[in-house]
Amino acid sequence: MSNETSATTTRRGKAPRGERVADWADGRLGIYSLAKANMRKIFPDHWSFMLGEVALYSFIIIILTGVYLTLFFHPSMAEVVYHGSYVPMHGIRMTQAFESTLAISFDVRGGLLIRQIHHWAALVFLAAMMVHMMRVFFTGAFRKPREVNWLFGFLLFVLGMFTGFTGYSLPDDLLSGTGVRFIEGVILAMPLVGSYLQMFIFGGEFPGHDIIPRFFTVHVLLLPGIMLGLLVAHLILVFYHKHTQFPGAGKTNNNVVGMPLLPVYMAKAGGFFFLVFGVISVIAAVASINPVWAIGPYRPDQVSTGAQPDWYMGFAEGLVRVMPGWEWNFWGHTVNFGVLIPILVFPLVLVAIAVYPFVESWIRGDKREHHILDRPRNVPTRTGFGVAWLVAYFVMLIGGGNDLWATHFHLSINSITWFVRIAFFVGPVLAFIATKRICMGLQRRDRDKVLHGRESGIIKRLPHGEFIEVHEPLDQEQLHVLTQHEQPTPIELGPEVDENGVERKVSRTQKLRAKLSKSYYGEDSVIPKPTVEEYKEITSGHGHH
Amino acid sequence: MSETGRHADVPEETLPSERETAHVSVEKAENPFADPGLPPHEHRIQDIDERAAKRSERVVALQFLVSMLATVAFIASYVAVPVDKIVYIWPIGHISALNFALGLSLGVALFCIGAGAVHWARTLMSDVEVADERHPIEAEPEVKAKVMEDFAQGAKESGFGRRKLVRNTLFGALAMVPLSGVVLLRDLGPLPGTKLRTTGWKRGVRLVNQSTNLPLRPEDIAVGSLTFAKPEGLEDDAEDFNVQIAKDALMIVRIKPEDIKDKQELSWSYDGIVAYSKICTHVGCPISLYEQQTHHVLCPCHQSTFDLSDGGRVIFGPAGHALPQLHIMVKDGFLEAASGFEEPVGPSFWERG
Repeated sequence: MSNETSATTTRRGKAPRGERVADWADGRLGIYSLAKANMRKIFPDHWSFMLGEVALYSFIIIILTGVYLTLFFHPSMAEVVYHGSYVPMHGIRMTQAFESTLAISFDVRGGLLIRQIHHWAALVFLAAMMVHMMRVFFTGAFRKPREVNWLFGFLLFVLGMFTGFTGYSLPDDLLSGTGVRFIEGVILAMPLVGSYLQMFIFGGEFPGHDIIPRFFTVHVLLLPGIMLGLLVAHLILVFYHKHTQFPGAGKTNNNVVGMPLLPVYMAKAGGFFFLVFGVISVIAAVASINPVWAIGPYRPDQVSTGAQPDWYMGFAEGLVRVMPGWEWNFWGHTVNFGVLIPILVFPLVLVAIAVYPFVESWIRGDKREHHILDRPRNVPTRTGFGVAWLVAYFVMLIGGGNDLWATHFHLSINSITWFVRIAFFVGPVLAFIATKRICMGLQRRDRDKVLHGRESGIIKRLPHGEFIEVHEPLDQEQLHVLTQHEQPTPIELGPEVDENGVERKVSRTQKLRAKLSKSYYGEDSVIPKPTVEEYKEITSGHGHH
Repeated sequence: MSETGRHADVPEETLPSERETAHVSVEKAENPFADPGLPPHEHRIQDIDERAAKRSERVVALQFLVSMLATVAFIASYVAVPVDKIVYIWPIGHISALNFALGLSLGVALFCIGAGAVHWARTLMSDVEVADERHPIEAEPEVKAKVMEDFAQGAKESGFGRRKLVRNTLFGALAMVPLSGVVLLRDLGPLPGTKLRTTGWKRGVRLVNQSTNLPLRPEDIAVGSLTFAKPEGLEDDAEDFNVQIAKDALMIVRIKPEDIKDKQELSWSYDGIVAYSKICTHVGCPISLYEQQTHHVLCPCHQSTFDLSDGGRVIFGPAGHALPQLHIMVKDGFLEAASGFEEPVGPSFWERG
């Protein structure tokens, strides 16, 4: 049958080569049905939608360069005395892991470049994921049906942090070895099982000879394998759900407006991969990263000042640095709260943002699908929470670099630590209040713009000498954008006593939900958007001021 | 006073960007906030002027051409630039010539492909916005009913609910089989035993200077200096050197005996010379910063600060307990340990006590 159809489509009786290949593949893989659904799939355009792409492309770059690095890297802790081409290190004892990192940097042509691209791309990857996550958060893109994809993305971020950590530990240099020692201390701090876990993970006492090969397996196989799976699932869901879009002319909750995958989006997205790769290559050409030859091989009794983890671990580092050294001793046991609490707070802060979509949908009781993005100002409580979370995160980044802040700005390290301790609690609260107020202000401005038009910058002098600024009315698209959002009413608990005088049971969770609902949709968070009547009343009122 | 609404006596054309709204004006009268629908497509210059389109085509092709040249440059630098050549490049400084040449040419080669593709998409490909319909993710009720029915039938046919013996033993078997995997993890490492409590120090072991590898005499330790020591017999090339030094590393300072505040510290010292574990009690970083005037030492990793004139007490930072002190004495003119560490060195752990 396929012979018949191809015979009818071409004059010479034989389909072109490409078509014949596609026919062959379709008969075995069903690609035509797949292409029918996806080839002209519409993707909306907005600069912020490219953040996730940056993450995706840097992940691909990391895999490409990472495979290359495994060809030269020896994940071994066997000790050797260096006699390679980097003269200043001659005669120094080091592990093969460190020696092969030096070889990649000094003997393999282009090895240093690939190493630096790999490391820079890792930093960009984590940063892009974080910013992408914030974009999704502040625009409410995580709402139904995308909650699961939010979790996939969150897991990618968390796994990315640990893949990064195990990766920069591999060269076994003085800096990363210090980081591994830190992990040892953290493991030891776990009650009951700490010392056992430490022995099992390190294959004996610190540092032993097993941790680098084990990290290697985790770094190149286990974690990237899981991440690749999550990434594919993440992208399949993006395709399946179709991308969200910002409100605008012709954009509804039931459509998706943009350019088709073939050709525009493919060219733009494909091209963007090369742009990201190109920029990271240039960075790797001009900016050195993790110069292990300047740091030296790891020795447990040596350390350098200004020791810093990669930026994405700075948050955890900050928690550990600023925590007071509380330690309990009882019945021959020690609980090291100074380490334990930070490593419990670390996942808690992350989980707080991960579960947020479920909390918000519970508060709102909303079961509908949402494909039109929120403007952050229209949901002040969510926006406030997001900013508060970010403030907590960045305060801890300051804590993680407290020594650098101290040396660069000539401050006392003790006062920085105290500042961070206080700001971790106070900062988010202030940020929440300030953000909410800014959002309310912006809502007020939107209302004002809808009713009175935008300031045109044209100053006019009236016949009697008064100066006024001419306000230009908005066009219909702008009016639509500024008024299309919903303003749900908060949940009412109803009277505590019903009409028969019987006390109605209101559970604690219901009360909490009503309270939260009020904080989201109550009058403190919402400037009523202008109604059509208000608009007509004002715009018809020519001549009145 | 702010002016409201449209002003009749300001000519329309002086207002910036008055949009063409004629096609929606009917609906606008009803609801001014209604969605105006997709705006009409605005032509780009390339859509109406073939010469401009040709220009764009040339720009795109030029970028692809530059990319090709950059790849040639990449290969040429790979072949021509020696791997150990260092050049000065302003404002970066002295850097590897090969790394710079390869990275720059690769970057240009990649970037130009991307820039060309994006320029092509933006100027030459159709920029007509298209709307696609969305369909609810949730299945239609009939689909759901069919699935539930199929599932119920499958479950019934399996007898899963009826044959409880089969079901329960299956659960048992599935729950137990992962235990094999857990057991297999046992040989990942030894049991802790007393490993975290023991160090290489015991009575009679001499203190050896880390940098000179010579046994230390009291007169080698000057006031205000910080000396690092290891136990005699621990050689750098020993198989377990790193494991041992991770526990045994010492720092030695000399404090005027009258400045030592802690009684036990004084009795474990020799003529003002005190030896403390170098391993921070927080998470095990080697402490390396010493303030001569105050006898404070600071761990550069997390800034735990200890007072070496007061029993190694924590005075700031996240460490939970004092630095362990090593009891030292002098025999035959050399410093040596009078006993091992009385408490475990390094970070605390559950069994530490």
